[in-house]
Amino acid sequence: MKSSTTVQVPELVAKLGEGPDWLAERRQAAFERFRALGFPTTRDEAWRYTNVSPIARTHFRSAEPDWARAVSLLERAWVGESAVRLVLVDGRYVESLSRMPQQSGVRAMSLQRAIEQNPELVRAELARLAVFDNHAFTAWNTACFADGAVVIVEPGRVLDGAVHILHLSTGGSEPVVSHPRVLVLAGRQSQFAVVEEYLGPDGQVYLANAVTEIVCADGAVVEHYKLEREAQQAYHVAAIWARLGRDSQFTSHLVGLGSALSRHDVVVILAGPGSEAVLNGLYLVDGQRHADYQTLLHHVAPHCQSREDYKGILAGAGTGVFNGKIRVEPAAQKTDAIQHNKNLLLSREATINTKPQLEIYADDVRCTHGATVGQLEEEQLFYLQSRGMSAEEAKAALVVAFAGEVVERFRLAPLRAAVKGYIGEVARTL
Amino acid sequence: MSEPILVVRDLRACVNGKPILKGVDLTVYPGQVHAIMGPNGSGKSTLAQVLAGHEIYEVTGGEAIYCGKNLLEMKPEERAREGVFLAFQYPVEIPGLNNMEFLRAALNAIRKHRGLEEIDAFDFLNLVQERARRLGISEELLNRSLNVGFSGGEKKRNEILQLSILEPRLAILDETDSGLDIDALKAVAEGVNTMRSPERAFIVVTHYQRLLNYVVPDVVHIMYDGRIVQSGGKELAEELERRGYSWLEETVGSAR
Repeated sequence: MKSSTTVQVPELVAKLGEGPDWLAERRQAAFERFRALGFPTTRDEAWRYTNVSPIARTHFRSAEPDWARAVSLLERAWVGESAVRLVLVDGRYVESLSRMPQQSGVRAMSLQRAIEQNPELVRAELARLAVFDNHAFTAWNTACFADGAVVIVEPGRVLDGAVHILHLSTGGSEPVVSHPRVLVLAGRQSQFAVVEEYLGPDGQVYLANAVTEIVCADGAVVEHYKLEREAQQAYHVAAIWARLGRDSQFTSHLVGLGSALSRHDVVVILAGPGSEAVLNGLYLVDGQRHADYQTLLHHVAPHCQSREDYKGILAGAGTGVFNGKIRVEPAAQKTDAIQHNKNLLLSREATINTKPQLEIYADDVRCTHGATVGQLEEEQLFYLQSRGMSAEEAKAALVVAFAGEVVERFRLAPLRAAVKGYIGEVARTL
Repeated sequence: MSEPILVVRDLRACVNGKPILKGVDLTVYPGQVHAIMGPNGSGKSTLAQVLAGHEIYEVTGGEAIYCGKNLLEMKPEERAREGVFLAFQYPVEIPGLNNMEFLRAALNAIRKHRGLEEIDAFDFLNLVQERARRLGISEELLNRSLNVGFSGGEKKRNEILQLSILEPRLAILDETDSGLDIDALKAVAEGVNTMRSPERAFIVVTHYQRLLNYVVPDVVHIMYDGRIVQSGGKELAEELERRGYSWLEETVGSAR
């Protein structure tokens, strides 16, 4: 499988020449790397439990927006107290569906416009953090993204309401691919939340191959939410990269409810002393669906703290993978890292592969991790039934309750109720 | 006298193949409070759980007729919707399930069954706050996850709160008095007493006579080795308290 001949990317070459020289160079390098890597196989340790041959076999075309579908998807999207709403349809920014910021100190725009208006800033940060040396999908995105979203918050700004980035895939008569690209630059001591939501129409086969880069300057406080609500037949591959400056705080909330096959890589680099990272995740798979979560908390600087809690709900013949790595470099003394992964199996056929990993090269640290796999408790089900809830309602309530702890950590209160609702919708069908 | 709420005849049940109930007979009329006392292992909690429909118990014989219907054929939720309520000996903790949201879901499930509309959110809040205040349950407890971080007494008060909101026809209290201090005991007893009515009946399962000073029973039954071996008025509870369960073992045990 590891040969460039299996990589069929008709839109690839078309994109290479676009944009300024520096971008063309980066695209070219990514293209070369993608060709050299090919799609990963289960012989690669990082892809051991996720077989992407359904993606590798598919001849994807570049997505062309279906506007009727885009509009009906909009109705299913989170409607919250967002300060800004950027809508990307099949990876391209659509101004007529978007809402620009009214507050000063925040710039939100399409990636294409950002490249024109803020060339130095974008050049300094775009495709720097998300290294693609060992990640074919990130290389593919970098070579091929058509557009994306850029959010720049000035130093010291505290935003009211979230920046909502809505990624809509509209599918097509044949399988299509889009490469959404997001860059978030948090100025010194700025504070805000970004909500990335991915939605697609049921029944459509498409691949959303997303890359998000978040740069937190010193003292910034950034909450990043990702709601993956893709169509049940879709493929979703995404990488989220964050770099944390001195005394900054970064929280990643990741809720994965959709996709036939999804893969999420979350990499947080604690580069500045005193920085703090929280990874808060929830995944739910049923039917024949598969979800793979790979997280890396990379402790580079001393006196940093990380907290990770991922919860999984696995039903039907669904399969899940959690691989959480904490890597502590020699200089990262006084690191304080705790990681948990808790899974709820709702059927005999469901599977979870969970692997917490510690790689510690410093000697004065506190790192703990743990993983559990359990089932619904009969006594809890009986208790709820004895109060008048049907067996199905009781089961759904317990699934939502299991997910509740993850949702309760959302600082954005309006999103809590909405996400509980999304989880409840799925839970009632399990 | 009106029709009985519950008629239990020769009820037998096993857990993991081991017989626990060995032929229980019990008839409860509206307005009555029945106390069931007995030593540990006599089967009184099993009786409570079988009546509520716990599937761990296998009913091997006999019948239970509730308001003219075969109770044993009903699912636990059907029993609840028809008006059977069990206050658990050990109320379960469910992290992530908000106490008040749960109570509202339960009430609405029962209201739907009775052909009523869902309760208005404002009316519900008023109702719960008023009942909670009477039971000495704080607002904070109402907004926590169900029973999580509750003391033993708080869990039992919460059961009585559910009882007072769900308004069952037949309430079964399984050792609700165990582990309560006197203040909690009085609060629970008062909660039960205010719920007493000519249409409603209670079965109070208890190990101790103490609760019965506050919730005065009409009938007291003594259970031993899976059967009701003696029934009488409230003075039977006092006698049992005075003479202890060893007396029972001597008299009943030696007779068989």
